[in-house]
Amino acid sequence: MTSIIDETAPPVPRSANTSAATSTWLADLGTTLRSGAVFILLAALLIGFSTAEPAFANLGNLMSILQAVAVVAILGAGVTVTLAVGGFDLSIGAIAASSVMAASYAMIVWGLDTYATVPLVLAFGALIGLVNAFLIVRLKVPDLLATLSMMFLLSGLQLIPTAGRSISAGLILPNGTTASGAYDPAFLLIGRASLFGIVPVSVVLMALVAIALFVLTERTRIGRLLFATGGNEIATRLAGASTARLKTLAYVISGTLAALGGIVVAARVGRGDVSSGGSLLMDAVAAALIGFTVLGKRRPNVLGTIVGAVFVGVLLNGLTMLNAPYYTQDFVKGAVLVGALALTYGTGRSTSS
Amino acid sequence: MPLLHVDALSRSFQSTRALVNATLIIDAGEIVALMGANGAGKSTLVKILSGVLPADSGLITLNGQTYAPRTPAEAAAAGVVTVHQSTDLVGAAGLSVADTLLLTRFSQRGQPFFVSRASIRRQAQAILDIAGFDLPLDRDFADLTAADRQLVAIARALANRADLLILDEPTASLSIAESQRLFSILKRLRDGGLAILYISHRTADLEAIASRVLVMRGGAVAGAFKRPIDFSAAIETMIGRKLQSARPGIRLAEGAPVLELRDARLLPGSAPFDLTVHTGEVVAITGVLGAGKSRLLSAIFGAGRLAAGEMYLDGRRHRPQTPAEAIAAGVAMAAEDRHRSSLMPADWPGSSLAATISLPHLAKWYPHGLLFGGRERREAEKAIDRLHIKASGPLAPITSLSGGNQQKVVLARWEAEPSRLLLLDEPFQGVDVGARHDIIQAIRSRSDRATLIATSDPEEAHEVADRILIIDHHSLVAAPQGTPSDLPQEIHA
Repeated sequence: MTSIIDETAPPVPRSANTSAATSTWLADLGTTLRSGAVFILLAALLIGFSTAEPAFANLGNLMSILQAVAVVAILGAGVTVTLAVGGFDLSIGAIAASSVMAASYAMIVWGLDTYATVPLVLAFGALIGLVNAFLIVRLKVPDLLATLSMMFLLSGLQLIPTAGRSISAGLILPNGTTASGAYDPAFLLIGRASLFGIVPVSVVLMALVAIALFVLTERTRIGRLLFATGGNEIATRLAGASTARLKTLAYVISGTLAALGGIVVAARVGRGDVSSGGSLLMDAVAAALIGFTVLGKRRPNVLGTIVGAVFVGVLLNGLTMLNAPYYTQDFVKGAVLVGALALTYGTGRSTSS
Repeated sequence: MPLLHVDALSRSFQSTRALVNATLIIDAGEIVALMGANGAGKSTLVKILSGVLPADSGLITLNGQTYAPRTPAEAAAAGVVTVHQSTDLVGAAGLSVADTLLLTRFSQRGQPFFVSRASIRRQAQAILDIAGFDLPLDRDFADLTAADRQLVAIARALANRADLLILDEPTASLSIAESQRLFSILKRLRDGGLAILYISHRTADLEAIASRVLVMRGGAVAGAFKRPIDFSAAIETMIGRKLQSARPGIRLAEGAPVLELRDARLLPGSAPFDLTVHTGEVVAITGVLGAGKSRLLSAIFGAGRLAAGEMYLDGRRHRPQTPAEAIAAGVAMAAEDRHRSSLMPADWPGSSLAATISLPHLAKWYPHGLLFGGRERREAEKAIDRLHIKASGPLAPITSLSGGNQQKVVLARWEAEPSRLLLLDEPFQGVDVGARHDIIQAIRSRSDRATLIATSDPEEAHEVADRILIIDHHSLVAAPQGTPSDLPQEIHA
């Protein structure tokens, strides 16, 4: 940390040769520390929590941490893609919440099974993404405003079919009849089963999404063009790419992933709760922003988002085990976010100038 | 006693030594031109003088007193004011000229909290009176021409007592007439005792107003030239080698026509014109800012539309709706202002030299979609060799390159795949003489395509083209055949 303080101090006149070498060395150290900061802190947290509370380190608890962050990580990956094209999707929390309701409605009211419900809900998410993209790309509504209004619209829409009631087996519909369907046991496995009894299915889904989106954004030409759109939209268009299509793709991915997150929540809870998904948006955005700091990238990146989500999960789980009160959770998340961003941007500037 | 005495000024950035014992003197009442290739240390010197950066070592005295400003405000208080190149940052849309002139005053402590329109007008007029020129006080800043913005910036800089005015490339976006107006204002200020440090690449400007020329190279002042100024010697000092003419013999339009425009109108009300560009020919279109050069190129590239008329590419109807369609038809365009139109921001994916070149060709080079195989790396290495790009390697961040080398990379992007017609809009913006020479040679070395260049600088047009066309009021007004020396007189003025 001394190196960082040294860099920001106003340089005093000094002889060029020795000081240049020293400051280069210190700058290198500073860069290394910054890029590894999240990993170093994560390791410190893991060691600290396991010393203080040995139960923290057992496999079951670690898996439950991952299970707890799976939904946030999946949504965060979607946010990352919209950030890459220079947009922002504020509707993901609402898409996830209404996907919970949609999945429950499909199974309980319409009596559909897993194989019909999952594609239906994913298509619903993709459709919302498409509508977002239409507002943003065609009608030129600024992205924050478009997705914010979509968020409002969806939080209201999800209440209408059931007249504001949560959905569980035996739901009484607005027309007085009783719904006959029930949650498909196979559907519940998505949220509750574990592979080989160890790895929860939701964690597997998170890993698959992470790998797929990492490859898409960092290793394919589509990913390059997505980032190019966010980096310099004019240049991307003049290079012959269709930025409208690229943005649409980003919002469709984001919407679909949010719906997938909703499916995982529904499968875990086993009912369509009107208040589910309350903090998903803020947590996913926080994960994506903490992701900026990972490896010192200072830009949206999928790997960073996953690490960011896990980091917050570890911190909250550890603090809970150490009996920190629940109401401190948001404060802790906020402090991590502020600290991470201050570290990335505040100290990064002096070396780049 | 000189006004400003800079003695053995040095400044390093990590391992790069930007200024090495730079020494110079400026007297009151003279215009000193500062020339230097990109990376010669001009901007570092200006930043130190204007209080943006501190020096590592060395001494500056101003009016006999030690001068080491820590902020631009301190520099201004000591009498050194700077007008930077991008004058659109001087004000903002929604502010009137009067507001813009008083912007710095609004932020000073001790000024009244409430302001009235009348007092703003009165104070703004007072500022214009000091500078000695007229501007429409009630006009919105966004509606001003580049030249007027420049004047607003100068007037504001001179509002408080100033001894030294630093101008960074002030004519970069001005037309010839506007430049002339600026020059007469600068001469008047000079006669009033103001010292002016004038940074520019344009020898014509320096010829017109400089009392002396200082040339920087490698972080030091490498040469000083008094009137009459020997510019070819100055330029040789600047680039450190002999300057050969970049221009081989003029080629006559012998190849088949590549691009033809018939009865084209750029705006509904503008005069129609025809244009033909042949294979192997380099044609330059020159004219003042806003004459329609970019509009014409954009229409050919599918980024804009003709108001009327037809275009033909290799005899076939050419009507691109998007740049993608134009590229598919064999048209390439390196648009004006590379930072806005071609480059990715620093630290962003695609901001490396290789990725800058590959952006339009990703689908062709990576048909399976995955970025494996190192094609863009190989193409970048080829480009580095061919265009003498100075960079640490194909993966060097584009922002680590000097302006001239960035422009070479942009050119390399569009030369990486064959094209029928290459459009270049202001390809020499912020490019030093050495790099300009390389770029011109690269452009002229190809005979398998047609090249159409738009530039507001007739000197540049003359250096690069086989044929020069003049555009005015959105129409080609003169198309002299043969050599560029047949140009109408006003273009040389």
